[in-house]
Amino acid sequence: MTQIMVLIGAVGLIGFIVWWFFGKHTTATTTAKVQNATQAAEVVVSGGYSPETVVLKQGVPAELTFLRKDPSTCLDHVVFPDMGINDFLPQDQAHTIAIDTTKPGNYEFACGMNMFHGQLIIK
Amino acid sequence: MMSVRNRFIFALVFSLPLLVNMVGMPFGFMLPGGAWSQFGLTSAIMAVAAWPFLQSAWASFRHHHANMDTLVAIGTVTAYLYSVYALLTKRAVFFESAAFVITFILLGQYLETRMKASASSAVEKLVDLQAKDAEVIRHGQSVRIPLAEVQVGDVIRVRPGQKIAVDGEIIEGSSTVDESMVTGESMPVLKKTGDKVIGATMNSKGSFLFKASKVGDDTLLAQIVAMVKKAQTSHAPIQKTVDKIADIFVPVVLIAAIATFAIWYVFLGASAVTALLFAVSVVIIACPCALGIATPTALMVGTGRSAKLGILIKNGEVLEAANTVKTIVFDKTGTITEGQPKVTDIVGDAPAVLRNAASLEAASEHPLAAAVLAKAKAAKIAVEPVRDFQAVAGQGVTGQVKGQAAFIGNAKLLTTPLPPKLAQAMADLQQAAKTVVIVGVAGKAIGLIAIQDAPKASSATAMAALKQQGLRTVMLTGDNQRVAQAVADQVGIDEVIADVLPGDKAAAVAKLQQTAPVAFVGDGINDAPALTTADVGIAMGSGTDIAIESGGIVLVKNDLMDVVTALTLAKKTFNRIRLNLFWAFIYNTLGIPVAAGVFAALGLVLSPELAGLGMALSSLSVVASSLLLNTTKLGQRAKGLPIGQKTMA
Repeated sequence: MTQIMVLIGAVGLIGFIVWWFFGKHTTATTTAKVQNATQAAEVVVSGGYSPETVVLKQGVPAELTFLRKDPSTCLDHVVFPDMGINDFLPQDQAHTIAIDTTKPGNYEFACGMNMFHGQLIIK
Repeated sequence: MMSVRNRFIFALVFSLPLLVNMVGMPFGFMLPGGAWSQFGLTSAIMAVAAWPFLQSAWASFRHHHANMDTLVAIGTVTAYLYSVYALLTKRAVFFESAAFVITFILLGQYLETRMKASASSAVEKLVDLQAKDAEVIRHGQSVRIPLAEVQVGDVIRVRPGQKIAVDGEIIEGSSTVDESMVTGESMPVLKKTGDKVIGATMNSKGSFLFKASKVGDDTLLAQIVAMVKKAQTSHAPIQKTVDKIADIFVPVVLIAAIATFAIWYVFLGASAVTALLFAVSVVIIACPCALGIATPTALMVGTGRSAKLGILIKNGEVLEAANTVKTIVFDKTGTITEGQPKVTDIVGDAPAVLRNAASLEAASEHPLAAAVLAKAKAAKIAVEPVRDFQAVAGQGVTGQVKGQAAFIGNAKLLTTPLPPKLAQAMADLQQAAKTVVIVGVAGKAIGLIAIQDAPKASSATAMAALKQQGLRTVMLTGDNQRVAQAVADQVGIDEVIADVLPGDKAAAVAKLQQTAPVAFVGDGINDAPALTTADVGIAMGSGTDIAIESGGIVLVKNDLMDVVTALTLAKKTFNRIRLNLFWAFIYNTLGIPVAAGVFAALGLVLSPELAGLGMALSSLSVVASSLLLNTTKLGQRAKGLPIGQKTMA
């Protein structure tokens, strides 16, 4: 009897994992605020990036501020492979990165191990 | 917030008594307080050293993400909570599993951070090369100003033993300069008035004044730093598969762990404790850390090391492409040869030939023009003004000299055929690997100028080394077949493609690409399309900004041996990435079944603490293996006398 319960529990748990991690879940998107000919947006780093997608206006100098609340060493760097940025994010301190917005396009950013992803859209 | 180091020390101190307890158990030794002290010690570790893992795991979970912290947290919390339950119901506990796993993983993370810091130090070292200030002459007074305030056009004084602040050109004085930090050139270079100096290089004994031509982000060093940074953050295509796996890896491992527990407990009739231990081991061994750092660390060390040698590899894609190259194509002028041709013979009425030639070439930017002008200057022949100057690509230049339509170039500019005497002289000179230009007036030849551009000292050695690597060497040139073949024979090139117009170089490369991947080595603006067309574009001698942009590999020094070093280093780095990935994969694919107890019948099992140790070791071995790239041999870099170099008349 216990064994059947365990089996049902295990199958249920597997089902939950599949749904939770592989199911479609909406992610947050932010459009940077333009102020005095510059634009800025903040990304909180805690178990991933919130928001995961940041939209920037092309041609307006932009600053992205990362605030890492997560203690994990997994997330202690943010890498923009297309822009040559690989910055250390001090925990609980805002870290600002200047973004070159001259070329429109979609730019990925990720943690140092490329396991967490975010996206920068310049248009 | 505690650092990883302090968390490790905390975990170590609190798990030592647990270790004593475990080792002492067979001899009848027990910690005072028994299971309850184990509970206390482990709780402290969980609350202090392991807490950040739990925090991060929870934060990711809420974002529908999972990472290695998820695995560590689930593995240890499971072991811990089960032990608490066992303690309350008077069963066997295994607190030490949770404690040891945390300790080992923190040790691994601590060492890994230290090693990663040394792997990525190349950029900081380059930035540190920068001079801090400069002595600028302003309003006749010399003032010391911070580097950031130096402007283009400033005249800067460099005293013996001082660092050169920015890029520029010497206007007074001379000295020898150590450029090894930027170009990798080990010998000090003599610099005199008119020579270019590079910022961040070291002046030796002389002193001089120079005019700043590039400051801030435009300097060579700043461009190198930017390029190395980009290379280090880039991704090799081989990694894309890994990234895809990493995305789904953790949830899949959790499912595997649950399945492990269910199969052992439900179908194989194991006790709950045994089944749980197998499941926890699976979770712990599977951390995909090694997989995640296999490529980036190797890329960082490889590109960092090459930058120190004056070889800039643009990104991981280039690195991977360099590994497949079978044919290597060289531009002739300036790449295989010195690029500074000299006039060796003049056929015909020397003053008249030289006057017409020099006058036309005064306005030209052709590399041969400098040779003609230098010769005219030496012969004290004045240059006449030219009207209707026109450069005809692949042919030569034309214009009005003293009211006559004069030209200098190849036979395509002739309207009447070359007289037999000149044709014979031309053939003789070409036989001796000289470039011969025809000087003429009104479509008729009046004489010949022979110009020679000798191969670089290192060219023959480099070709021999490339052939040893199994590469097919090809020379591409706008020169005629005979001249090109003569140079090719001197340096030992397999194949010559001559008479190629500048605009057709890219097409010639594309044609070669049909048989095998091609690397193209060149400088100059003309080469930019060929550099981009080739699978790997190697731009030499820092050349022009355009060459830097279009080259996948940029050689700061003008030495062909660096092509060999660059390819060797690219291959070594890529092989290291492959090796790292192979071990990381093997480790995970073999580790998981062992941890799940698949081989339990053979007596091969993995306890959670061994799994933790294995996990820590696997990431460490990957980082260590990447760091080893710093010490791998790159083959001979000695600059011996080139093989088979003939004396040229």
